Amino acid sequence: MLRYVLGRLLGAIPTLFLIVTISFFLIRIAPGGPFDLERPLEAKVMENLNKIYHLNEPLWNQYLLYLQSVARLDFGPSFYFRDFTINELFAESLPISIQLGLSALCLALIVGGILGVSAALRQNKPADYSIMAAATLGVTIPNFVVAPILTLLLGVWLGWLPVGGWNGGAFVNRVLPVVTLALPQIAVVARLTRGSMIEALRSNHVRTARAYGLTSYMIVVVHALRGAILPVVSYLGPAAAALLTGSVVIETIFGIPGIGRYFVQGALNRDYTLVMGTVVVVACFVILFNLLVDLLYALLDPRVRYD
Amino acid sequence: MHCLIRVCATIEEETTVTLTATSSTGAPAKGRSLWDDARDRLLANRAAVASIIVLVTIALISVFGPILSAHHYDTVYRDYVKVPASLEAYPKAEQVEPGFMSSARRARLTVETFEREGDTVVAKVTSKRDIDPRSVLYFDRSDLFKNTELSDMSADNKSATVKADINFMHFYFGTDANGRDMMTRTFIAGRVSLTIGLLATVVAISIGVLYGATSGYLGGRIDQMMMRVVDILYSLPFIFFVIMLVVFFGRNFILMFIAVGAVEWLDMARIVRGQTLTIKRQEYVQAAEALGVADGGIVRRHIIPNTLGPVVVYMTLLVPKVILLESFLSFLGLGIQEPMTSWGVLISEGARNLQGAPWMLVFPSIFLTSTLFALNFIGDGLRDALDPKDR
Amino acid sequence: MTSETKKTVLSIKDLKVDFETATGTINAVQGVDIHVQAGETVAIVGESGSGKSQTMMAAMGLLASNGHTRGEVIYEGRNILGLPAGKLNKIRGAKITMIFQEPMTSLDPLYTIGRQLAEPMVVHGGLSWKAAKAKALDLLKLVNIPEPERKINAYPYEMSGGQRQRVMIAMSLANDPDVLIADEPTTALDVTTQAQILDLLADLQKRLGMAVIFITHDLGIVRRIADRVYVMKTGEVVESGETGQIFNQPAHAYTRMLLDAEPTGHKLPVPDSTPVLLEAQKVSVEFELDSGFLKPSHVLRAVDNISFSLRKGQTLGIVGESGSGKSTLGRAVLNLLPAGGRVVFHGQQITGKSRAEMRALRKDMQLIFQDPFGSLSPRMTVGQIISEGLMVHEPALNGRQRDERACQALEEVSLDPAMRNRYPHEFSGGQRQRIAIARTMVLKPELVVLDEPTSALDRTIQKQVVELLRDLQKAHGLTYLFISHDLAVVRALSDTVMVMQRGKVVEAGTVDAIFEAPKSDYTKELIGAALLPQQQMMETA
Repeated sequence: MLRYVLGRLLGAIPTLFLIVTISFFLIRIAPGGPFDLERPLEAKVMENLNKIYHLNEPLWNQYLLYLQSVARLDFGPSFYFRDFTINELFAESLPISIQLGLSALCLALIVGGILGVSAALRQNKPADYSIMAAATLGVTIPNFVVAPILTLLLGVWLGWLPVGGWNGGAFVNRVLPVVTLALPQIAVVARLTRGSMIEALRSNHVRTARAYGLTSYMIVVVHALRGAILPVVSYLGPAAAALLTGSVVIETIFGIPGIGRYFVQGALNRDYTLVMGTVVVVACFVILFNLLVDLLYALLDPRVRYD
Repeated sequence: MHCLIRVCATIEEETTVTLTATSSTGAPAKGRSLWDDARDRLLANRAAVASIIVLVTIALISVFGPILSAHHYDTVYRDYVKVPASLEAYPKAEQVEPGFMSSARRARLTVETFEREGDTVVAKVTSKRDIDPRSVLYFDRSDLFKNTELSDMSADNKSATVKADINFMHFYFGTDANGRDMMTRTFIAGRVSLTIGLLATVVAISIGVLYGATSGYLGGRIDQMMMRVVDILYSLPFIFFVIMLVVFFGRNFILMFIAVGAVEWLDMARIVRGQTLTIKRQEYVQAAEALGVADGGIVRRHIIPNTLGPVVVYMTLLVPKVILLESFLSFLGLGIQEPMTSWGVLISEGARNLQGAPWMLVFPSIFLTSTLFALNFIGDGLRDALDPKDR
Repeated sequence: MTSETKKTVLSIKDLKVDFETATGTINAVQGVDIHVQAGETVAIVGESGSGKSQTMMAAMGLLASNGHTRGEVIYEGRNILGLPAGKLNKIRGAKITMIFQEPMTSLDPLYTIGRQLAEPMVVHGGLSWKAAKAKALDLLKLVNIPEPERKINAYPYEMSGGQRQRVMIAMSLANDPDVLIADEPTTALDVTTQAQILDLLADLQKRLGMAVIFITHDLGIVRRIADRVYVMKTGEVVESGETGQIFNQPAHAYTRMLLDAEPTGHKLPVPDSTPVLLEAQKVSVEFELDSGFLKPSHVLRAVDNISFSLRKGQTLGIVGESGSGKSTLGRAVLNLLPAGGRVVFHGQQITGKSRAEMRALRKDMQLIFQDPFGSLSPRMTVGQIISEGLMVHEPALNGRQRDERACQALEEVSLDPAMRNRYPHEFSGGQRQRIAIARTMVLKPELVVLDEPTSALDRTIQKQVVELLRDLQKAHGLTYLFISHDLAVVRALSDTVMVMQRGKVVEAGTVDAIFEAPKSDYTKELIGAALLPQQQMMETA
């Protein structure tokens, strides 16, 4: 088990190396630089800036320098937010994004799971159809449509919730972004759960449970749901990626100082280190999360063993 | 379910047995292929049929709408900025006089009397200086009037009668913040969004099918290597790559769908590989091998027809994903550039103007959502039709 | 075990079961009456689709959601048909229990055996989990599970099919049931395992005294264990009575047909002077198991040093249980798998030839598969399937000539050539196997490897296919390599027989030598377990 985890973590190193390399050169071959402002800087200033940020050195050297600092977990100074290092920016923004993402994920799992199970238990009945129609709607309406509508409704007209800002993570400030971020995932989880639950309810071992007169709680929860939850667990990896994408939008709309918003700002302003840092950190998270998901899967399914 | 299938099988057995006994040798009976069955099941699915109708309608509107529309998608009507959607023609009755007055002011004319007679307005105007006959252009230049004529010019050239037709226009979806017709823009945006959706999907499907089929068919070590690459690519934060690509290489229509297509092929590759592996293990492929059929024949006659189903299903589900991704990029300001537009661009503009001009969000959203809705239902319907035991 | 004093424990009166489907209503069970007395064994016999399983599923309230029932199922004076789950659960799993055909999937893969055994005892007997676990251990001992202390904490995937079926039996006994319904409990198992499970059931019934309702298609089992028999066909009971009476004086034509469906006959031997067509010398096949990307591999010898020779017109029967390597041997002989050793066909060594080199030979050596549902390409018409081989081997033929040949082949297997534009899914299992045979025959091969060609078919259809194969062999002088676990079919078709176990030949000889005077213990056990009807006839006679 421990060996497996170590192996997976070691296996991630080449992946990360690949990511750093690809994104580094991709950014650099693109035209334009971080100091190409609308009003050009004086040559002298430009030269100084280039020297400070090592931009005057050959690209190969810059790459090696960057690799070195990344290996020390130092992502360097920001090009755009001049007074900050990337590490400082992340120390501030990463916890916010993680909180946002995890809350949305939990919400999606709980609500989506309950909806999916109730739809499966009432297969092809009106309740099932309405839940699935709602789920399809949830998947199809982009969250940048949902967000302004919810904001207008709950924030502006009813005045129940603040329309934006993080405010140090106050509960009322979280409600709208978390709900908006979770909505499409609730829909996906509900659809997945329904499908696998229907299959589980038809399986032979659930028939056995019914034939032996077990209570409906035991049939539905103990025997059907535990197996049905496995595909949902496998979906957690892609879900995390989807939440990352979503949080870029959500953070922009609600003005939340998370990592996604920094990334967009960084990309628009050619903040090389900020963009690179975000890509690396996000890739680490995806890898780590996928490992956790696989371990969780093994925990739920005794047939899967990692040793 | 199992029992049910068994029951059906028997019924079938009996009917076919009687068939053997009764039907005489002669004209061969036409069989029903699995595709026929799938088509019938799909056509029996009311949600799917309705979705197909909706989708076809939207596609037709997007293609022909901009041609048939009275407005061009980037014509700016300065007098109609952010006017609400309406079935009635503009200008509204109460807009005519103020509109006329402001045009007159620009022409430096003083309006003495103003009368509206049906679709024309007649006004007596005076001026301190001589009236230039060209000042009618001020009225024609306004979006409200056309065919303006100057008559009854007084001898001193200081007063005259202005007669103008009211230029009626319809803005069924309202106009945007620049005064452009939302309906035409929504249609033209549909063209763009649907094209991106289709093209990117074709790119993704082509890469995915080729890669997956190769991997699955070759099998062994090569398969393991190829799938390892897919695994690595899976852990890349792709959306960040797309953003990087678009930001650093400019917002290029072609680049955009290549980027999106390059991101979305992974799932397809996995699906096709799995499918190929399963089919390769099927006895009918082994039977073909035992008959001495060559690789080409096996792939053409046995593998491709049987992988087609999942590919088609995945394709219908991928198109909405791509359209969503495009609109998401557009929302971040990284999408299609003005004056061209896409549903994503329109929606993000609409979202910003939600409080003052909700129609700017409502109409593009309806189109986008119904398209995605329809595609999702068609995809689900196709899956059920092609693999009935799945549900 | 006949006695009038015994009371009726379960009676099914005029039971009807309908299924609503998209294509209309299917009347799966059409008014069935079955009565079961305490302590007796009742067999319900029928072929697939006769409604025998659905009858008992309906009684247990286990029908699919589109199933509807009418009639009565009386247990202890009360109609339990259509009772709400809450009330029905007082009876099912406690007083009436059931074991199923699919031992591999009937247990929940995510929980230990012990936990699953304990559940019904906790629910019905009100035991604590601890007490239930203790009783579960006793039950495992009762059904002769080896190492019960260890197995109680095992997961189903760690056990064989036979062991899982024993666990199901243990579960069914947990609450001292009055009636045990066994739905084809041994069909998915190997013959030797099957015999052990039947013995166990008979023994347990003797000790515990519950009534057993045994659903099966296998008359051999019926004769061995049942006191009374109900024969079902298309949702109706066509005949019922004491076992001896049904077997000796069957009244209904269908019953007689079922009894006659056991394959009979004997193959006439080929003269010793006929030339050898196929010779296999020390054929071995190895599989790498668990070979990960950079992991050391573990090698399994599926076929281990097997030699035989086959004269033209002969049939060699290869017998063995699942995993014995018999199918692998069949494919290795046709050079469809890389194998060690030497195979000589028509004086030409074929081992080591590439796929392209083999192509010309494929016409003369053909393969027929077990699963008539899987071996026909689902998106091609029957005509296309049959003529595909012609496209490869007789490219000179045009479309019309190929079509003609396909028609001839269909006629040869007694199918209407007018159906050649239909698709495989429109045919029944027996018809599909005929199509598969036609696909082979159209090429006029010399050697045909038959891999369990009758195992997926009902007995009556099986008999027809066996006869068809026999006729074709006579007509074309075919040589067969007949692979099967079904001793009765092998006996009816073969000249010589080879018994395989774990990749090795246990015993080989003529049909008579193997069946009349088996030498090895394994062969004896196989034949004993197979309950060969001809033997039983002789015993009863």
